[in-house]
Amino acid sequence: MSAILLHPQDNILVVTAPLATGGLVVIDGEPVALGAAVPVGHKIARQPLAVGDKVVKYGAPIGSMTAPAARGDHVHLHNMKSDYIASHTRDTLERSNHA
Amino acid sequence: MIPAWIRSDGRKGIRNVIAVAYLVECAHHVARRIVDKIDDADVHLIGFPGCYPNSYADKVMKAIATHPNVGGLVIVSLGCESFNREALAATVAASGRPVETLVIQQAGGTAATIAAGLEAVARVKAAADAGSRGTMAVSELVVGTICGGSDGTSGITANPAVGRTFDRLVADGATCIFEETGELVGCEGVMADRAITPELGAELRASVEKAERYYTVLGFGSFAPGNAEGGLTTQEEKSMGAYSKSGSSPISGIVKPGDVPPSPGLYMLDVVPDGEPRFGFPNISDNAEIVELIACGAHLTLFTTGRGSVVGSAISPVIKICANPETARRLAGDMDVDAGRVLEGKATLEQVGEEIYRRTLDVAAGTRTVSEALGHREFILTYKSFDPMGPACQPRRQAA
Repeated sequence: MSAILLHPQDNILVVTAPLATGGLVVIDGEPVALGAAVPVGHKIARQPLAVGDKVVKYGAPIGSMTAPAARGDHVHLHNMKSDYIASHTRDTLERSNHA
Repeated sequence: MIPAWIRSDGRKGIRNVIAVAYLVECAHHVARRIVDKIDDADVHLIGFPGCYPNSYADKVMKAIATHPNVGGLVIVSLGCESFNREALAATVAASGRPVETLVIQQAGGTAATIAAGLEAVARVKAAADAGSRGTMAVSELVVGTICGGSDGTSGITANPAVGRTFDRLVADGATCIFEETGELVGCEGVMADRAITPELGAELRASVEKAERYYTVLGFGSFAPGNAEGGLTTQEEKSMGAYSKSGSSPISGIVKPGDVPPSPGLYMLDVVPDGEPRFGFPNISDNAEIVELIACGAHLTLFTTGRGSVVGSAISPVIKICANPETARRLAGDMDVDAGRVLEGKATLEQVGEEIYRRTLDVAAGTRTVSEALGHREFILTYKSFDPMGPACQPRRQAA
């Protein structure tokens, strides 16, 4: 298995071995071709997710979708956000200086 | 039974470290030169950089200088800083430990103080090495846990494996401490349900709410760019993974930095300062959290990492547990336990938890951890402020 379901209520899977673009991953028994490579430890959508949907991992909400995702799509900073406090990356200061 | 150093207050240590402490950044170079020239695996540099007084730093420094793993102290003061060197020396002397104080402005400057320091450390070490030895039980161990450089594998492998180890240690009657309320944001409800009293549950909730307010004011969560590169997207996602280090035992109490848990069990260390945010981020790096765990009496610390932290610590050994199998291969020379095997189906969480438990007992018995052998002795102490703990944070007293 290259992606695992941590909790039956989760709507994402966690990738356990590197997945290449176009590679097949089995989600709930069905093969899905990936649109983009996904590294180990990252999340992919178990089902289609709409803007505003809660992302559920470990059976608990870990944030909300800010853009839609199809089944098998990478779920990360580009399409979801925290419901508590914003995450930051190494270019956060540069981006805020240019704002 | 574990071989131990018996201290006069009845506490027992697994190492016999001589600490060389600078009391202001201006004395750092002299203290570092003394430690570097001695080049002894059991002589460690610690210190506080600030010139202004701070009760938190004073309390933590005294707690570390009288930690069971510490056999003696050499103080290096510039002379004009605020840190009360006489009170620190008196506290250490009262604990039955050898202590000497060097004041650079009185000793004749850099070279003279370094020369005097080398002799002082030799005397303190000789006295400490003649200290009392005996044995200690697993139930007398205090074990901390922290995660650093977390990624999307941490919450699946290394953190729940440490949770298994913590459950085993608590069942043995040991004292276990988990921490970083900023990384428990989103878990306050499930955590409060594990408190041994409803009042403690309310305090646990309040401490996480305090952390959320504090980090919101500062503008950044307890979340590093590497966390995102490793697949973690949000603070609450990181929290859910971090929280699993605490295992499933009931939570007996809350401690603040420098408070030693009064009885065995599982404790949450509240690292976020009280009052309005004043001195910046609660802990500016993982190393500051390890120092606080040590100040609460931790004999050793279980450190989980996904991206690959390499740090160790002065005073108390750090056992490194790698969550990510790719990192475990890339940084093999820095890791004690490879929990990434869980992800590859080569081991179960129970097996890795058992391996961490056995490694904990080995390290307590004197085996050097990987970071100890590599000479890692990171230490950082900065400004903070805390209110005293409320009565609900303490375990219920046994009826007489």
